[in-house]
Amino acid sequence: MSPIGWIIMLASVLGMTTLFFWCIYKVITHSDAEEQVHSPADIDPHDQGE
Amino acid sequence: MATEKWGSKLGVILAVTGSAVGLGNFLRFPGVACANGGGAFMIPYIIAFLIVGLPIAWVEWAMGRYGGKKGFSSAPGIFRAITGKDHSAQIGTLALIIPVIIYMWYVSIEAWCLGYAWKYWSGGMQAIVTAAQQAAPADGKIEAGIQAVQNYLLHFAGVVPENEAAGTGNFRILRQFTQGSLPFLLICFTINFILIYRGINRGIEWFCKLAMPALLFCAVLILVRVLTLGTPNPAHPDASILNGLGFMWNPVGHNLQDGTLVQVSFWEALAKPQTWLAAAGQIFFSLSVGFGIIMTYASYTKPTDDIALSSVSAASGNGFFEVALGGMIVIPAAFIFLGPESIITAGEKASSLSLGFLALPGVFEYMPAGHFFGGLFFFLLFIAAITSSLSMLQPAIAFLEEGLSLSRQAAVTLLGFITAIGALFVSLMSHGLTVLDHMDFWTGNFCIYLLATIEVIFFAHIMGLDRGLKELASGAEMKLPKILPFVLTYITPLFLIVIFGWWLKNEVFSNGPYIQALKTDPTVQMTIGFILITTLFFSLLVHLAVKRWNQAEASQPKEIP
Repeated sequence: MSPIGWIIMLASVLGMTTLFFWCIYKVITHSDAEEQVHSPADIDPHDQGE
Repeated sequence: MATEKWGSKLGVILAVTGSAVGLGNFLRFPGVACANGGGAFMIPYIIAFLIVGLPIAWVEWAMGRYGGKKGFSSAPGIFRAITGKDHSAQIGTLALIIPVIIYMWYVSIEAWCLGYAWKYWSGGMQAIVTAAQQAAPADGKIEAGIQAVQNYLLHFAGVVPENEAAGTGNFRILRQFTQGSLPFLLICFTINFILIYRGINRGIEWFCKLAMPALLFCAVLILVRVLTLGTPNPAHPDASILNGLGFMWNPVGHNLQDGTLVQVSFWEALAKPQTWLAAAGQIFFSLSVGFGIIMTYASYTKPTDDIALSSVSAASGNGFFEVALGGMIVIPAAFIFLGPESIITAGEKASSLSLGFLALPGVFEYMPAGHFFGGLFFFLLFIAAITSSLSMLQPAIAFLEEGLSLSRQAAVTLLGFITAIGALFVSLMSHGLTVLDHMDFWTGNFCIYLLATIEVIFFAHIMGLDRGLKELASGAEMKLPKILPFVLTYITPLFLIVIFGWWLKNEVFSNGPYIQALKTDPTVQMTIGFILITTLFFSLLVHLAVKRWNQAEASQPKEIP
């Protein structure tokens, strides 16, 4: 593992981890994340249950 | 009350991350990265994440919700609603066939995960390992066990070419059923369709919230074990964890020339269009961008929903699992247990998806309670894959419902029939993973790339940035970057067009490996034929849907001004 390899690894891992934690912070400080932040897993297609 | 609020916000994070994480993070990313320059790949990867992945994810959310307000949830309906022109609905055909065709091979990998989990937990894997170890000399027992597990996958997944497998071609189906992954494929297929037939999204959300922390915990445990492997076999001092990490992260690519590993310099790796195409393709694949899936789900959201944050949260969760966990586990383990040549051979094909199945059993053999954790990891991966594969079916179901007025049950049945043919085709033609490889390349890279390029140009230049960005900003608490309009108008389309043109020049006009295979390999020709027939079929359905929409609109009473 070369020094540049270490730098690329740490920069990539820390960069992605920082972005992820920034998003967690944004969700936590969001005024109504439970109702307004979504993913395909919690979006109900309107037709379901019909 | 405060704890409850925290709990529900944590639930939001888990659901968003859970639906984003899939097989692409743990299995596809490491192999693609390694085959395209290792650490050098991370530069186009990060660039693609920032100027292609995130912007186009926003584009899809905004276009989807805009279409939803006009009463459409399928890509053909949304494209037509935005332009008001019938022919633009045909662009949406791509957004229907991409997830449907990817589903056909994705469900096979899902079946491998379930099969592995079953084999680990039922003691079957232990029996395979014990039998191999009994026949091995005292100093090679662990290696013999690992080798036996690797051989198991090659036969289980049907990777072994026909003439090398036991039995003859006539008994291939029987063999795939009795020894291979076919029973697990049937189970996965049934589970997917029962869940989508009954439409139990709430159940999936609950599944995500429960399975996600478990997957994270399990992945961190495996990561710790991988990083502490040291040099497991003193007879092979080069097969160490540091060299494995170096193979993944050093900015040096590798190629195989006549069976010999040749290094490719940092600049050489970056000078290949394939590296950039693969980076953008991986971003699209793992963020589910350019599939049309997000567009359909976004159409169901309310104007007050924060789609901007929803999009970034999913992308960041995905990036975290992919880079911080996927990139640190599979390749270092594969380097130690399989060797660099196998990684490059596998990484150049979609069989990079099989790398995790070949390399991780080695790690589990070196872990306390390794077979329990092996089963748990593959089971959790199976659950993560289910959440992704279910979302792949929704765009086509939404289209069949609103375009052809089919009931959900009828739409699911028709789609079940189409995808069953494709999944069986992938499973039964699995030798060498040729079908899987080419389906992944032509839909998972080429078509996604094409659709994403069309989407961003459409959003910036046809729908109009004012309309599109207003939709994206509606309900958003986070501020969108000021540079976003410039990026969407110029940078993203230019980046995609230049890479695509560069790739066409190198691959298509210079007779690259995929084009060569298309000209000479009958299995590849059948695969492309299958993709074209499916595209033609859906294109015809889109044509019929447009006719029905026009009739319905003509029969509605005109508004009096």
